[in-house]
Amino acid sequence: MDVPAKTGYLGIDVGSVSTNLVILDEHASVLAAIYRRTQGQPIKAVQEGLKELVALLEDQEIEVRGVGATGSARHLTGIIVGADVVKNEITAHAVAASLVVPDVNTVLEIGGQDSKLIILRDGVVTDFAMNSVCAAGTGSFLDHQSARVGIPIEDFGSYAVRSESPAHIAGRCSVFAESDMIHKQQVGVAVEDIIYGLCHALVRNYLNNLSKGKELIAPVVFQGGVAANAGMKRAFEDALGMEIVIPTHHDVMGAIGSAILAMEMELEPGETSFKGFDVSDLVYDTSTFNCNGCSNICEVVKIKVEGKTLARWGGRCGKWENEDAPGGRKRERAPVGA
Amino acid sequence: MKVSCPHMGHLHWMLDDLFERLGVDYVKPPPSTTKTLTIGAKHSPEFACLPLKINVGNFIEALELGADTLIMAGGHGPCRFGYYGIVEERILRDLGYDFKFIMLEPFDDGKWAFYKTFESLSPGLSIRKLWKTLKASFSKGRAFDEIYKRSLQVRAYEVNRGDTTRALKEAEQVLVLAYTPEEIEEAARESLAIIDAVDQDLDREVLKVGIVGEFFLLLEPFSNFGLEEILGHMGVYIERSVWVTDWIAPNRDNKIYGFPKQLVEEKAAPYLSHNVGGEGRETIGSIVLMAERGFDGIIQLLPFGCMPENIATSIIPKVQRNHDIPVLTLAFDEQTGRAGLVTRVEAFMDLLLARRGSKLALAGAATAADAATKQPSLSKL
Repeated sequence: MDVPAKTGYLGIDVGSVSTNLVILDEHASVLAAIYRRTQGQPIKAVQEGLKELVALLEDQEIEVRGVGATGSARHLTGIIVGADVVKNEITAHAVAASLVVPDVNTVLEIGGQDSKLIILRDGVVTDFAMNSVCAAGTGSFLDHQSARVGIPIEDFGSYAVRSESPAHIAGRCSVFAESDMIHKQQVGVAVEDIIYGLCHALVRNYLNNLSKGKELIAPVVFQGGVAANAGMKRAFEDALGMEIVIPTHHDVMGAIGSAILAMEMELEPGETSFKGFDVSDLVYDTSTFNCNGCSNICEVVKIKVEGKTLARWGGRCGKWENEDAPGGRKRERAPVGA
Repeated sequence: MKVSCPHMGHLHWMLDDLFERLGVDYVKPPPSTTKTLTIGAKHSPEFACLPLKINVGNFIEALELGADTLIMAGGHGPCRFGYYGIVEERILRDLGYDFKFIMLEPFDDGKWAFYKTFESLSPGLSIRKLWKTLKASFSKGRAFDEIYKRSLQVRAYEVNRGDTTRALKEAEQVLVLAYTPEEIEEAARESLAIIDAVDQDLDREVLKVGIVGEFFLLLEPFSNFGLEEILGHMGVYIERSVWVTDWIAPNRDNKIYGFPKQLVEEKAAPYLSHNVGGEGRETIGSIVLMAERGFDGIIQLLPFGCMPENIATSIIPKVQRNHDIPVLTLAFDEQTGRAGLVTRVEAFMDLLLARRGSKLALAGAATAADAATKQPSLSKL
């Protein structure tokens, strides 16, 4: 082929509910983006996602210059695809939001299992909070309720924006919220008002749990799967009294952030650890065992590819990681604080 | 008589010594594991906080090993802790165990009762002998605290990951053997030297983080997923506001921490001027103290539902603003998956690095991430 391959950066975000993959070009524009469900099988989701990505790119030649992994399965993903950067999703989301809205001060992110609030000043993260103990403020709960009222989650937003007087739904606990919703339904409140009321409840829950004492200043970016819901946007705007920006690729911002982090490593061509798109054809096998090396009895995860051990991790002392690493346990460790 | 007592970090080393001196047979519960927690949670009230559930697990595992006398610390003040011994005894009796239960109330709450408690364990024990015994065991307990404290600082600089933890194990064995005051003094020096001998890269720039919060979560690594080791392996220098001997000592001088309670309380006073139970006031005071001493950030640990720490948590935003110091609050319960903890801690370190003046958070993040992937062991954190 005469057409030279385009330089691209791959970002993968494997969360509890969705697995997102993006390819950015060298100017950080999105060439292709995939949003799919993880369905409890992160390895399969990544493999399928890579296939979809290749299909989406059709015959564009992409030379992957760097790979970033994030999300709760970031370590596993990093091992499978050969990531150059493995970074937590809070940092990844902040990085992506700064790209879309360079002077962003506040990032609201609601995903399937968790929600985050990130405060930035002058492009630097100065504070963040993540929900810890309650699912009432997350996408999974919305999902669950959409199934209950029989309206697909995709249409939830359009119902909510039609509401003229939202019903009051308890927001503190998903059990309270659900019982309120059932009650309102039984007394004949319009479904639009119930759904919008639920959006209000979620926003209240989110703000109560995460924004404690934090100053929410515009510009505010709202991202994560739940940002697709126009009702949630409207409820946030009502509550905060300011306009909320929703990025075009709001649902894959974590993946975009991790691709940018990979880009910032400025790797030379061929320097990436990327194992290629064919990893989607390999058979991976994961298992766990309890290490009896000391009294901690840590649960160690082992991943094998084609019968060969690829990595083991999860113990407190790092013994298994060290043994698998090139050079064994006497490797010098790079400082984090440098 | 076979005596047992719940775990609380490295308290068991001191108890080993104490019971040996008193001539009491000590059944050390198996180290706290997920199994301990599962047993404890099964038999504890759902709304009780994590320490109680681990205590109950420890007791049951000790009873299975043949313990027939259980000791639990008492106490008073607006925290559920003082009531835990009573609840735990009731739970164990309901399960059909037969044992003698001893609530050890603080020295200050009654010196005679305190003496009689020990006398019941070791009949004929004189007050003088008890005093000498406690003094000796305490000095050993302090020596243990000192090596753990030092390890939190050395680990940040260690060249080979895991060296500090290995040195700590070696140092423990040196201390365990010491008996006479002279031996203890000598072993204390020797054990510290073992920790200091770890190969360190002192030119490394490290983050300085203070750990504050509820005592049990701070003292018992099992309850906090070994957070200190996780941080240490990330190259973070740590100081902590609560230590075993500081916590059980009747005086208020905080020998190990190095800052007397009175000073900590004074620092807290502008925000919280009275005792709210547990370590609520100490948490606030220590954050102020650590901020003044130039720490990069603070991590507050609490069992989910802990009233005193929740009071502190609600005051922290104001302290944070006034002293310009980031604070990460982590609540712990029965979870055993540490991914959520690691994500928060990693992001917090990114934030602290960014504040250190790396030009942009992103640049700092990229370097840290670089270190993380090039070193698989780190990326697993």
